[in-house]
Amino acid sequence: MTDTSHSAPKKSLWERHKIFETNVFVLVLGALLVVSIGGLVEILPLFYLKSTIEKVEGMRPYTPLELAGRSIYVREGCYNCHSQMIRPMRDEVERYGPYSLAAESMYDHPFQWGSKRTGPDLARVGGKYSDEWQRAHLVDPRSVVPASIMPGYPYLEERELDLDAAIAEMKTHSVVGVPYTDDMKANALADLKAQVNPDDANSEALLKRYPKALVRNFDGKDKLTEADAVIAYLQVLGTLVDFKLYDEKANRR
Amino acid sequence: MAQPMPLQKSMRANEMVLGGFFAVFALFWLYVASKTTEGAYAFHAYLFVLGSIIAMVAVFKRYLARPAEPVPQEINGLPNYEFGPVKVASVMAMFWGVAGFLVGDIIAWQLAFPVLNLDLPWTSFGRMRPLHTSAVIFAFGGNVLLASSFYVVQRTCRARIAGDLAPWFVILGYNFFILIAGTGYLLGITQGKEYAEPEWYADLWLTIVWVVYFLVFLFTVVKRKEPHIYVANWFYIAFILTIAVLHLGNNATVPVSIFSSKSVIVWGGVQDAMFQWWYGHNAVGFFLTAGFLAIMYYFVPKRANRPVYSYRLSIIHFWALIFLYIWAGPHHLHYTALPDWAQTLGMTFSIMLWMPSWGGMINGLMTLSGAWDKLRTDPVLRMMVVSVAFYGMSTFEGPLMSIKAVNSLSHYTDWTVGHVHSGALGWVGYVSFGALYCLFPWLWNKRQLYSLRLVNWHFWISTLGIVLYISAMWVSGIMQGLMWRAYTALGYLEYSFVETVEAMHPYYVIRATGGLMFVAGSLIMAYNLWMTVRSKELALPASSGAAQPVAA
Repeated sequence: MTDTSHSAPKKSLWERHKIFETNVFVLVLGALLVVSIGGLVEILPLFYLKSTIEKVEGMRPYTPLELAGRSIYVREGCYNCHSQMIRPMRDEVERYGPYSLAAESMYDHPFQWGSKRTGPDLARVGGKYSDEWQRAHLVDPRSVVPASIMPGYPYLEERELDLDAAIAEMKTHSVVGVPYTDDMKANALADLKAQVNPDDANSEALLKRYPKALVRNFDGKDKLTEADAVIAYLQVLGTLVDFKLYDEKANRR
Repeated sequence: MAQPMPLQKSMRANEMVLGGFFAVFALFWLYVASKTTEGAYAFHAYLFVLGSIIAMVAVFKRYLARPAEPVPQEINGLPNYEFGPVKVASVMAMFWGVAGFLVGDIIAWQLAFPVLNLDLPWTSFGRMRPLHTSAVIFAFGGNVLLASSFYVVQRTCRARIAGDLAPWFVILGYNFFILIAGTGYLLGITQGKEYAEPEWYADLWLTIVWVVYFLVFLFTVVKRKEPHIYVANWFYIAFILTIAVLHLGNNATVPVSIFSSKSVIVWGGVQDAMFQWWYGHNAVGFFLTAGFLAIMYYFVPKRANRPVYSYRLSIIHFWALIFLYIWAGPHHLHYTALPDWAQTLGMTFSIMLWMPSWGGMINGLMTLSGAWDKLRTDPVLRMMVVSVAFYGMSTFEGPLMSIKAVNSLSHYTDWTVGHVHSGALGWVGYVSFGALYCLFPWLWNKRQLYSLRLVNWHFWISTLGIVLYISAMWVSGIMQGLMWRAYTALGYLEYSFVETVEAMHPYYVIRATGGLMFVAGSLIMAYNLWMTVRSKELALPASSGAAQPVAA
């Protein structure tokens, strides 16, 4: 073995660290590299691993009315108190229904899984209560649930829905990848009106474009209001995927 | 550098560029205001116009008032520090702090007594809660970070801050962003992502401000007179840099049009969830932790008059913390539709994160070696030490709650809210209060604070408030989690959801009371700082401020 003791003494790691303490650009680059790794590893695979989003039957984009209702749900900050994500535990599945799938929120921009249940989970609230119950509950929650601590939203059924804004927003959703067809976009206004009027000539075409859409006057008012949109949204939540047909084994991750 | 003759005063390039920018900006927003159909967005557009005009006038008036020569970097061999922007940010921090705590307490009472929502759009919990979180995190916390970072970087680099108008642009521009964000929530403008609610135009404005902030900080470090970059500045740099990355990633939106406040995020569903909590957890990790650790690394040694306990520990602390934190996001998504592999990664790294967190805590606490007696006599130092203790507690509780089995109980309940507040009120709040109590006398050139007795009162009232707050949330959170999963002997769910809501009522009252005490403490603080600034007896001779030596 050759004697290496005459070469320059080996620098300790602490001494090598000096470059970070004396050159701010090296420090910036180092920090940038170190903080990038975790995010890249956790986020990128979600875009290409096919198992990330389950294969299901029945998912479709929201109707223009449901989407408008969803925007109002976001605007009022409902997500601050209501989750839309049922976890696969016995009590949750019994209380709320089958646990939520990633596929069920794939058209949600932004997602509304929430982080707090000051009120109950809403992932499968669709069809649980009547339209009239929902309307009364929005106006004055304590009229139907005396111990509720939810704020009242009486103004929703007094405000007419901004149809132009609803259509513009739907078109932007198609820009970010929600599969709205040209047919859907061209008929957005007709669909908005048809969904609250069962007698409308367009309601059949609406159902063809958006299977399982509910067509009725949700708030019982003559006008097309914000309450119509919110109730239409709430009533469709969690109803699109048919869990009798869902193949759990095929989608095991 | 003797000049042969006095300089002819003329507008500098930066004054012309900034003035011109605001002129164009005002015209742009005037155009938007005239075209939009949304009242709330038009209101914001006019705010932008007004802000731009005020900025133009300010730039011009400053030009008229300033001398022709550039500001000297040093006077008599001592750095000529620029503390004007620091003063403004310190005052804004105190203002937003009181406002943010107050809104928090109002919404706490709303949960106990829902009639307080008033059934009006602008006062309902769903709109007020983002106002509270943004006001305390980004307005209060953000201004504390801006103020302290601009102070610390100058002191520890022995250099005047880089840029002439730029530091002012950062401070005022940031507070303008807060104004837009906060009024937007109440008017129903939100993109519906927790802690990232501001819409696209506010996000873009913040991006500009943040890039300038980064450059100012960076180039102040570049022109430093000290050979080493002080450890606090590493943490500030990691904080500024990472927040920029997170902000861009989580706010990738397509505006509906420039005449609409609405935008749609390009990520959807499960990917959006992952982006959101990558952002959300690291807003905690880098905004509320790395930034405030920088404060700890400067203000604790300075106030205790001791060096940092271990330099090597701070190196390990820094790299381990910033590397591990970024992975922890998925623990917000346990048992959701996020794939299991991501959840497991999130849990694993969250548990590992315990170690660097406590390394930092030990480094902060042990800095008091040989100066522990000061805890008895100096309530400001006591506040900062208790903040580090709270940091230790919540960084133990956090990894605990990130374990999937524990999380299955704690998630969606008040336990999370309590955990956040032990960190926010205890750690971020107290270390900020400590820093502001130090900064005000330093900045306004006073011998000391107006009253240490009032600091003591502030300390004890708010400590009691925090204890009430977090214990109420532990009990209500764990209780609600257990009630949700309780079964009767016959195998049915024992409680309906609303029964669990009813059971929360007493704890919500206790929590709101604790919050009220915290607000009361902050009002005492604001009074104390106000009197410190006003006091003439406390004033020091003018020159000694710049000559104060630097720790570390």
